[in-house]
Amino acid sequence: MQLRNIAWAGLKRRKARFGFMLAALVLGVGTVVALVSLTRAMREEVSDELDRFGANIVVTPKSRALDLAYGGVAVGGVTVDAQELHVEDAGRIRTIPNKRNVSAVAPKLIGTAQVERHPVLLIGVDFRQERGIKSWWHIDGRMAQGDEETMIGAEAARLLGKRTGDVLAVGDRSLRVAGVIGATGAIDDQAVLADLHVVQEALGKPGAVSVIEVSALCRGCPIEDIVSQIATVLPHARVAPIRQAVAARERAVGQFTRFAYAVSGIVLLVGALVVLTTMMAAVTERTREIGVLRAVGFRQTQVARVLLMESAVVTATGGFMGWVIGTAAARYAGPALGQLAAPIPIEPHMAVLAIALAAVIGLSGTVYPALRAARLDPSESLRHL
Amino acid sequence: MSLVHLQNVSKRYNGTSVPVHALRDVDLAIGEQDFVALMGPSGAGKSTLLTILGAMSPPTSGTVTVDQLDVYRLSAERLADFRREYLGFVFQHLYLVPYLTALENVMLPLAAARMPDAEQRERAAAALERVGLADKHARLPRDLSGGEQQRVAIARAVVNDAPLLLADEPTGCLDSGTGAEVMKLFLRLREEGQTIFMVTHDAAIAAHADRIVHLRDGRLED
Repeated sequence: MQLRNIAWAGLKRRKARFGFMLAALVLGVGTVVALVSLTRAMREEVSDELDRFGANIVVTPKSRALDLAYGGVAVGGVTVDAQELHVEDAGRIRTIPNKRNVSAVAPKLIGTAQVERHPVLLIGVDFRQERGIKSWWHIDGRMAQGDEETMIGAEAARLLGKRTGDVLAVGDRSLRVAGVIGATGAIDDQAVLADLHVVQEALGKPGAVSVIEVSALCRGCPIEDIVSQIATVLPHARVAPIRQAVAARERAVGQFTRFAYAVSGIVLLVGALVVLTTMMAAVTERTREIGVLRAVGFRQTQVARVLLMESAVVTATGGFMGWVIGTAAARYAGPALGQLAAPIPIEPHMAVLAIALAAVIGLSGTVYPALRAARLDPSESLRHL
Repeated sequence: MSLVHLQNVSKRYNGTSVPVHALRDVDLAIGEQDFVALMGPSGAGKSTLLTILGAMSPPTSGTVTVDQLDVYRLSAERLADFRREYLGFVFQHLYLVPYLTALENVMLPLAAARMPDAEQRERAAAALERVGLADKHARLPRDLSGGEQQRVAIARAVVNDAPLLLADEPTGCLDSGTGAEVMKLFLRLREEGQTIFMVTHDAAIAAHADRIVHLRDGRLED
């Protein structure tokens, strides 16, 4: 009979107590694994989502007299004598060294016009590019395509009395309303959007562009680099990052991380306390048995090893089960709890981390009771009731 | 030549407001193959003397020598080795490990010695045979009678061929018939060369010993 046989026999004898300890470990490790998996996936998704969440770089003409608020951000001037950008400038942005990080380049011409006897904000856009930076739009209908369709904001639709499928006269053209944009709280609500060329024609500004919104997927690359590269290819333009968007993304990701760490810390602390109290109770319960072992010649280190082996079996099992349950919980509950679209991957290396984590919790809760028990005088242990 | 020699052994407990002198200047020599019975009323210090002799609790003063080894000069871990090599214990309440079989309980001192499994089994089986329990080696303590449990405890005490067997009220929890059987076993062990030191309050049981020593108020009496 070896020490491991004694440890194993002890485990089998105290199934309920060690089962409780196992449950605490599985719960603790499982929660941490689920939270870490969920948070990592959420960080990825939030990061991607925020990258898609509108433009994060705005290109405007250098010379302008007035600012116009658009979409909550300051964009270029629209005064009569202001210089305009040119539609070819949008193409140049696609030539920068970091062009792979540029997901959308959306040129716009902004002006006011009489549409069916109502003064409205008329915006010329490239609908295909606009889709890339306005993913949050709720459209009654669909995104417009080509130069024979238009989209109108909720407020403008009410003012003009138009619905999806109606025809709207813009300049000399009759455009079909492909979709009505749900209320966004932004300037889009009052706007009529049409193809850039149509608006250029309507406003008498062929080839002109007021502003170019750029969406750069800059996770892992500094947005300042992209700004600098655009400024190089467009020396006549002012290129500005929307720092709020970047800061908001970093703040959101940071909050997720801090939340996960805080909850994980609390769960681990509770788990460690449960293990400690369980082991303390288990050791106290068997004080006399430990006294017998010491009396028949077991060294302190041998007694401690028996107790630590028991703990090691429970913690390794708890760690592995915690990983399985935590990963399963994240995979199946994640989409509902975290509103995640992408599946959470199974990461085998996390099993090793989970077992290591359980071992740290388990052993930190076992070492003290084990050493205390091993150091007792055998005669004291045998007197224990 | 004495196997065991206690010289001026005193034990004082300071746990209460007034110190309790459990043993006072005890001198005792036990020769090889002696069967010594220690008698005395409750609280006389019998168990204290046994735990000191068993290397489980150090005296406040005095020396304990076994086989010319000054026991309490050993480190805690060497004391464990000493208990395994020199002593066999039979406790009053047996203290069998409840989740180990009779054979495994007997193997415990050998497991501590890191002996190979096969040798452990062979020696434990032989010890059980010596106490007449060869056919019950696979039973858990709860499936054995009181007398059988006592014999398992004795087998555990003799399995490592330790020179000194210490027994604390070995018949205290047994009926008279079973107690007599245990004494027969002790006498046989003594004939086989075992030195035995037994604590008892039963004069009839003590009468089986070669020598009876009395302890009263922590002092040995002639």
